[in-house]
Amino acid sequence: MTLSVRIIPCLDVTDGRVVKGVNFTNLVDAGDPVEMAALYGIEGADELTFLDISASSSGRETTLDIVRRTAEQVFIPLTVGGGIRSVDDVDRLLRAGADKISINTSAIARPQLIAEIADRFGSQVLVLSVDSRRARTDSGFEVTTHGGREGTGIDALAWVEKACALGVGEILLNSMDADGTRAGYDIGMITAIRGVSKVPLIASGGAGSLEDFAAALDAGADALLAASVFHFGIHRIHDVKSYLASHDYPVRTVAAL
Amino acid sequence: MIAILDYGSGNLRSAERAFSTSGIEVVVTSDEHIAIEAQGLVVPGVGAFAACMQGLNAINGAEIIRKRVAAERPTLGICIGMQILFALGDEHSEGQPHRGVGIWPGTVSKISAEILPHMGWNTVDAPDASLLFSGISQESFYFVHSYAAKTPQGQMQTWTNYGERFLSAVEDGYVSATQFHPEKSGNAGLALIKNWTSTL
Repeated sequence: MTLSVRIIPCLDVTDGRVVKGVNFTNLVDAGDPVEMAALYGIEGADELTFLDISASSSGRETTLDIVRRTAEQVFIPLTVGGGIRSVDDVDRLLRAGADKISINTSAIARPQLIAEIADRFGSQVLVLSVDSRRARTDSGFEVTTHGGREGTGIDALAWVEKACALGVGEILLNSMDADGTRAGYDIGMITAIRGVSKVPLIASGGAGSLEDFAAALDAGADALLAASVFHFGIHRIHDVKSYLASHDYPVRTVAAL
Repeated sequence: MIAILDYGSGNLRSAERAFSTSGIEVVVTSDEHIAIEAQGLVVPGVGAFAACMQGLNAINGAEIIRKRVAAERPTLGICIGMQILFALGDEHSEGQPHRGVGIWPGTVSKISAEILPHMGWNTVDAPDASLLFSGISQESFYFVHSYAAKTPQGQMQTWTNYGERFLSAVEDGYVSATQFHPEKSGNAGLALIKNWTSTL
């Protein structure tokens, strides 16, 4: 008996559609979120993540509806992030059917939000999304906002340690340098963050080859998030799991279709 | 009819949809009479032990569960809904454990593992005679928790390992419980739900 590594497709959603870009720019349409979520569920995704990148409040309402419709037909855990600024925002998403929510910019602006959410709903609902890039901070990794376009000057390791103390239940580590490049996860970054956190760690950004997934696990990731390689059919979820299983990583297999 | 107990805890919508797949009518309720009289009662729960007990007590939930046990009506606890069935929980208790409903003796305590919460899909070791896991083998279920019961309670125990061995399910006559979330465990979870609803 062993805890399986989790394979998590991420759907970036804006105004009701899934989109994907490189380094958070040049977005292209990748499909209908509810249909894609259902398909990934059937294919064996261990969780799903929706990241709402809508700029408008009407876009946010649309996302709430997407969460609602997805939760009605996909019986695996669903994490939703993007634009969450208050305990009330969290409450709305959980009531719509989200199991976990991820926060990023709002926690940087007001770290106490972490404690407020954890106290009300428990740490297990709270994922801290850390958009990090290589830069001249103490550890060499800096927290960024606005999809990696703006540096904060905050050291990523110090931020993760602080957030864990405030009560986050999980870390979603996004490499802004690697995002969308399919050149591999930032292994050094994963190793560094693993060294300072005792909560589950999801690696994100840069997944390309099957070997990339295994390398991130070796560096200490508990779960692997990817977007473009799944959306554009470069790998099926089954392919990733078969590869990992054949190299003795514990995965959850689902009955063949 | 299946009642899902609404005491301000848990993702009730998912539970409602998942139990509806059994074909039996499902209501989400905090009404004492409906909860006591329903064919089956599901006690969900996420968050901290003490906060859940507070929410449960606000709707007289402990009494609802005890009355159902006395009347031999099936009840299923999920995640913290399982933990609060035990006598004591020491989550954030600073040496003075919180009281649970007390259907089973024993204390729910923190799991000894390097990385917590125990989050994700893990396998279970169920007894051959288990009704909940009947026809389900080699499957994984979705767990999210840092605390668990570790001593055998009830008639039948199912175990999982994460850092140490803990109870991942208990079947004890009319009271059953799972530490994992069957409503979030894909087809394996739906099969377990079907197994439980078929006993109603």
